[in-house]
Amino acid sequence: MKEEKKATRQSYGEALAELGRKNKDIVVLDADLAGATKTSIFAKEFPERFFDIGIAEADMIGTAAGMTTCGKIPYASTFAVFAAGRAYDQIRNSVCYPKLNVKICATHSGITVGEDGATHQMIEDISLMRTLPNITVMSVSDDIQTKWAVEEISKIKGPVYLRLGRLATPMIYDETQKFEIEKAIQIGEGTDATVFATGVTVSEALKAKEELEKQGINIRVVDIHTIKPIDRETIIRCAKETKKLISIEDHSIIGGLGSAIAEVLTEEYPAKLTRLGIKDTFGKSGKAEDLMKYFGITSQDIIKEMQNGTL
Amino acid sequence: MKITDIKELENKAKEVRKGIIEAVYSNKSGHPGGSLSIADIMTVLYFNQLNIDEKNPKWEERDRLVLSKGHCSPSLYSCLANRGFFDVEKLKTFRNIESNLQGHPDMNKVPGVDMTSGSLGQGLSSANGMAIAGKMDNKNYRVYCILGDGEIEEGQIWEAAMTANKYKLDNLCVIVDNNNLQIDGTIEEVMSSYPIDEKFKSFGFQVINIDGHNIQEIIDAFDVAKNVKEKPTCIIAKTIKGKGISFMENKAEWHGKAPSEEEYKIAMEELGGAR
Repeated sequence: MKEEKKATRQSYGEALAELGRKNKDIVVLDADLAGATKTSIFAKEFPERFFDIGIAEADMIGTAAGMTTCGKIPYASTFAVFAAGRAYDQIRNSVCYPKLNVKICATHSGITVGEDGATHQMIEDISLMRTLPNITVMSVSDDIQTKWAVEEISKIKGPVYLRLGRLATPMIYDETQKFEIEKAIQIGEGTDATVFATGVTVSEALKAKEELEKQGINIRVVDIHTIKPIDRETIIRCAKETKKLISIEDHSIIGGLGSAIAEVLTEEYPAKLTRLGIKDTFGKSGKAEDLMKYFGITSQDIIKEMQNGTL
Repeated sequence: MKITDIKELENKAKEVRKGIIEAVYSNKSGHPGGSLSIADIMTVLYFNQLNIDEKNPKWEERDRLVLSKGHCSPSLYSCLANRGFFDVEKLKTFRNIESNLQGHPDMNKVPGVDMTSGSLGQGLSSANGMAIAGKMDNKNYRVYCILGDGEIEEGQIWEAAMTANKYKLDNLCVIVDNNNLQIDGTIEEVMSSYPIDEKFKSFGFQVINIDGHNIQEIIDAFDVAKNVKEKPTCIIAKTIKGKGISFMENKAEWHGKAPSEEEYKIAMEELGGAR
């Protein structure tokens, strides 16, 4: 993990422009948030392939759906709360049911949105999206991974929800890292615990791993960038190989990453799982870092969990 | 198989209506009222206007139609069947668990269906998407979108209306089926969408008011729409819900009800007898 930090929305914007250069079928739609979602980078280079639909997320998703039927590959962006929340019905009926090739790239997910507060902090999107048939749900953790995902999802023939963040987080991977849809990335071989993380919490889990190592506690981190379909094999293997299981996410503990893992465990290898996340409450205003502490999704919360828990 | 003779189109509309009644009667489920009110418009589209190929339903250059009021699928299926996209007999399987003819149109299950629809208010957005793509690729196809007068109570329609105007979609033609009835009563009683023409005009559309059961007027309106430049067209068709079946006409209760055996027989007789 490097010192350098970057928000995945920034990586998304850069990757999108790069993808636009390679593939002329790529079109981008936004709902008056191009500056914040960073689709403005694409818009500047390819104005004829950029569509600002205005503050009308439902229409944006529907328009994107129609475009796919004529061969376009639309990337539709807005904040997660307006994509998965406001436009849920359009994603359900106009995109997922007909299996249309829309890439919903939602920035500003989770409480790490910060100061805007609860109305804008989407902590239910993983839950809402993964219940829909036909969609691939992804949540990326750093610059390199985001850039890979942005291009990779253009090759999937069907709906994708890509969850992105506002908060700048450490660069985790280097250029040589290999990624594969559905395949979680295990970092470390520790057997004291597995920490399953996604998005902005992956770097927190890695910080905890480093600090715990100094105390003689060896954990492994599993970066789950594809939440649906989920990497069952890795989850079960880690449950078998490690003493403790923890999930950590900038999302409600209801229906999110922790729930998805619990579903796998319950069916295949019953084991205790501690879910760190937002505990059935709305977010609030504050600095992102302070909110992470407040809601208990930092490296320190993992460490506390390891120290309190029985090994 | 473009039909230009008015009498012949009127006869075709009767065949389309028979298909609607067959479909709704067979599994005792579906929406006859609104399917019948758009039957003449649909007949003109499928037998006089649309540039489509029943042997190549996914033909890239084809005109597209989005039936945004998707519950009126019987009229779409009947047109497609009568046009040769699939066997007319198949209409009798409508809404059956074994059938590809879903309650609401499914583009992946039925040849000739250009967009999945059913959740009201969503179709105009996807029609816009098709029209924008057509303009980007310099294609000559036109996109038609059929809305209900109750459906336009959905806010997304007006979001989409702004988009159609912004992108000057003169390859888009919207038709509002103004039968004045929705499930809970008349449009005025439930939630008035009037004045529909003034609304669309103020959203930047070329508006044409017609009698939605007059074949010649329907054809003329579509022909006018083709020559409108730099803006979308909205045809507001005054129609009668349940049109063509005496006991269904102008009755909100026939929105989503299937006829009994007795009613089925009367209906088919009124349409000139079973096929």
